[in-house]
Order: sequence, then structure tokens, then C-alpha cells
Amino acid sequence: MTLVALDGVGKRFASGTEALRDVDLRIEPGEFLSLLGPSGCGKSTLLRLIAGLAEPSAGRIERAASRQVGFVFQEATLLPWSDAVTNVRLPLRLLGLPRAEQEERAAEALAQVGLGGFERAYPRELSGGMRMRVSIARALVTRPSLLLMDEPFAALDELTRHRLNDDLLALWAGSGVTVVFVTHSVFESVYLSSRILVMAARPGRIAAEVVVEAPRGEGSPRPEGFRTSAEYAALCRRATEALEGAMRA
Amino acid sequence: MRRWADWLAPSLVGLLVLGGWEAAVRLLEVPAYEVPGPVAIAQALVADWPLFRSSMLVTLKIALLALLLAVTLGGLLAVAFAQSRWVERAFFPYAVVLQVTPVVAIAPLILIWVDDVTVSLLICAWIVAFFPILSNTVLGLNSADRNHVELFRLYGATRWQTLLLLRLPGALPFFLAGLRVAGGLALIGAVVAEFVAGAGGTGSGLAFRILEAGYQLKIPRMFAALALISALGIAIFAALGLVQHLLLRRWHESAMRPES
Repeated sequence: MTLVALDGVGKRFASGTEALRDVDLRIEPGEFLSLLGPSGCGKSTLLRLIAGLAEPSAGRIERAASRQVGFVFQEATLLPWSDAVTNVRLPLRLLGLPRAEQEERAAEALAQVGLGGFERAYPRELSGGMRMRVSIARALVTRPSLLLMDEPFAALDELTRHRLNDDLLALWAGSGVTVVFVTHSVFESVYLSSRILVMAARPGRIAAEVVVEAPRGEGSPRPEGFRTSAEYAALCRRATEALEGAMRA
Repeated sequence: MRRWADWLAPSLVGLLVLGGWEAAVRLLEVPAYEVPGPVAIAQALVADWPLFRSSMLVTLKIALLALLLAVTLGGLLAVAFAQSRWVERAFFPYAVVLQVTPVVAIAPLILIWVDDVTVSLLICAWIVAFFPILSNTVLGLNSADRNHVELFRLYGATRWQTLLLLRLPGALPFFLAGLRVAGGLALIGAVVAEFVAGAGGTGSGLAFRILEAGYQLKIPRMFAALALISALGIAIFAALGLVQHLLLRRWHESAMRPES
């Protein structure tokens, strides 16, 4: 059963800018789908359409009824006046769950992203990577079937980003959640995804698809040494060629 | 070390000025009914302390009550404005009119209309104090981060939830900055209104003491009342600063000490 299906979707802003044209897209349960493209190709707009934060100006979007969405923004977007656990339980609070259940599930989600023991820390007391982990915990706390991520690791240093990549893959494999991940990094998209949609700009559209058939390690993260393997390099070359082709087109 | 310097530097300046003043008055033999020295002022303060104390409490009570009113009404109005652009558009200009009209010009009218002097003093002080709270809180309520607003929308938050969990806490630093300004203004409003009410009222606040001492040419007493008004203003400012620090210290940049 397809989670979200887009048919001929276009988006034109009030200013007249055409952000997206004629996008067909199916999000299948359990996949890790990356939207890869240069800045301004409409990939964030596409993600917002999928989330329902914006309405398409052309075409149709169909969503599975059971779908519960988690969203991770480019920045951690935490409420600075609330500690970690209060930030994480916010979605449950808005849904009106009992307080005890909110606390319990938020603590669980924090432990899931490796931040057990940081429940009472305020965002400003955490590093950039830890803040992003809190943000991911908040997106996971509703146990979503679909997790949408908008360049979540773009502002982090490379080592932190690699560690979060591995942890995200572990979460993905462990929970069976479907992920749609926006990035402008070829390397990140290849490392994470089971499928990459390469986008082109002006107007934003899907230009190519790269299916990543690469080994998964025990449990899920990529096997040890994958980042330096010939296989990874070959996949990155393929994705890069697709991206360059899209930018020429 | 830095906290210590925060106190020491202004104290030294104060002592130097007071010392220079006293020395100048003595050396030039200026009579106390023209310019009294700090010692004469202190003597007047001590001699009439019971009178000053009760006057100070009267002025302080008016200023604090006006501040409380300003917080309540300014805050509620701000929330109403933030609910609808139309309400804001329709009413904000009138708040500005109240703000830019000098309180000395309105005070005589209010004193005529309102029988109770205390109530009319309160109204005058409130008019001066409420605007910074209103305008700052409106700004704060409208300054919610766009991504936060989307986050709330994504999880189906109601208007009320968004106000309570996002807009109000986000407006707190703005509100508190307005409150600090309003604290000083409430005192000024109270004093100005007392002056206008003057001998005609039952006034016994600090401004009335200044008027009274002026009529009697007791200049040191005038200065003593003036010093007490300044002291009240400083105390209100410091107390509100403490409130601000306590409420914001865990999360807001303004309340953080630079790491050394």
C-alpha cells in the first residue's frame, strides 16, 4: 500500500515563481527515499507538500489514511524555554494524551536517539548534534509511519553528521518507519537511501531515479568500512552523473 | 571580579560627585535655601523621616498599582491584538494617541471627572505605563518563529494551544523588557499626576512634599523628597531586573553571562 502518491503535482507561489512542475511520486512503506538536488530545485517545497504544510496548485496528492507524520526541520526548531523532555513530548501534548504517558514516551524517544539522562537539559545547554537528536526524538515520539526530514544535518560538522547518519539508519531499520530525506549531498544520499530521486531546478522537477542496492550491515547501519569501499564510490559516481545530467538538462 | 566592579565603579562616581558638591557648597558658602549640600539634605531626610516614609509609601503604592493595572490590561489587550490583525489595526492607533498625549495635559481632566483622587492618580500613572507593555507584548506575540508555527500546525494545534505553548512563552522576554520601562514610567506618571493634583487634592505623596517644601522654602526637604523619588525608581528598576533575570536565566540569551 502506497503511503503517499503524487500525480502531476505543481506548485506556483503567489509571487509567480514556479517551484515545482509535474511531479509524479510514490512513497512506498519501509523505504528510505532521498530527494537530491541543488539549492532552489524545490525539494523542500516538495517535502512540505508531502507533509500537508502547503497545498499544490496543480495535480493531486493522495495519502494513506493511517499515515502519522513526523517532521524534522533544517534547524532543530526546539522551544528554547522548554527542557529536552518537554520539547519531545510537545506533539503528544498537542494531541491531548495524559501527562504520564507523554513523559514516559518522551523519555523513551530520547533514549532511542541516545540522549537518555539529558531529559532536563535546555536546548542551549546541548551541542548542535544533540539538539538535532532531540528534534528527531520529537518527530519519532508520535510513532509516525512517515518521517520527513529537510536537510537535518546540513549545519553539523562532518564527524557528527556521519554518526547521526548511522544512528538514523539504525532507527529506520529498527522501527520500520518510512523516511523521506531532503539533501544536497550526493554522499549522504547514497549512504542513507534505498532510492534517490534526483531533482532539477527552474522549474523544480524530478529528473532521474537512482536505486541504491548496497549491502546493509548487521542490524542495519552500513557495514564497517562502507564509506571507503569501491562499491560506495561507484554508487556516488552514478548519483553524481545523474545530478550533473539533471543540471545540464 | 566583574560583579564587584559593577558596584564599585558607580559607587565611586557617586561618592566623588557628592563629596565635590559638599565641598563646593562649603567653600563658596552657598546658603542652604539656594543649594543645600548632601549633608544638609541627609539631615532633613532624617529629621522628617516619619513624614517622608508615609509619603514614599503613598507614591510607591500608586506606582505599583498602576504597574499592575498596566500589566493586566496591556497584556490582555496585546493578546486580543495578536488574535486578529483587524482588531490590532482598529485599536492600536488609539493606544498610540493615549501614549503621545502628555499626561500633564490629561491629568486635570481626569481629576475633574474622577472624584476619588487616588483613583485619578492611578489612571494617570496607568496611561503612561501601559503602552510599553502593550507594544512590546504585541511585538513578542507576533515574533513566533515560522518553523515553530509550522510545527504546531503539523501536529494540529488549536489556536489556544499555539497561544499558550508558543506565542506567550516566546513573548515573555519582550514583555519583561516592556515591564522594566513601564516600572519607571508608572512612577513618573504617579509623580506628575500628584503635582497636577497638588494642593487641591488630599495628596500626601512625595510630589506633594516637594510642592509643600517649595512653598515653605525648605529647600533641603525638597531635595530629600527628590532623592527618595530617584531611590524608588532605582528600586523598582532593580526589582524588575531581578524578575527578568529569574524568569529568563535558563533559556534566553539576554540573561546569560558570557562564558569566561
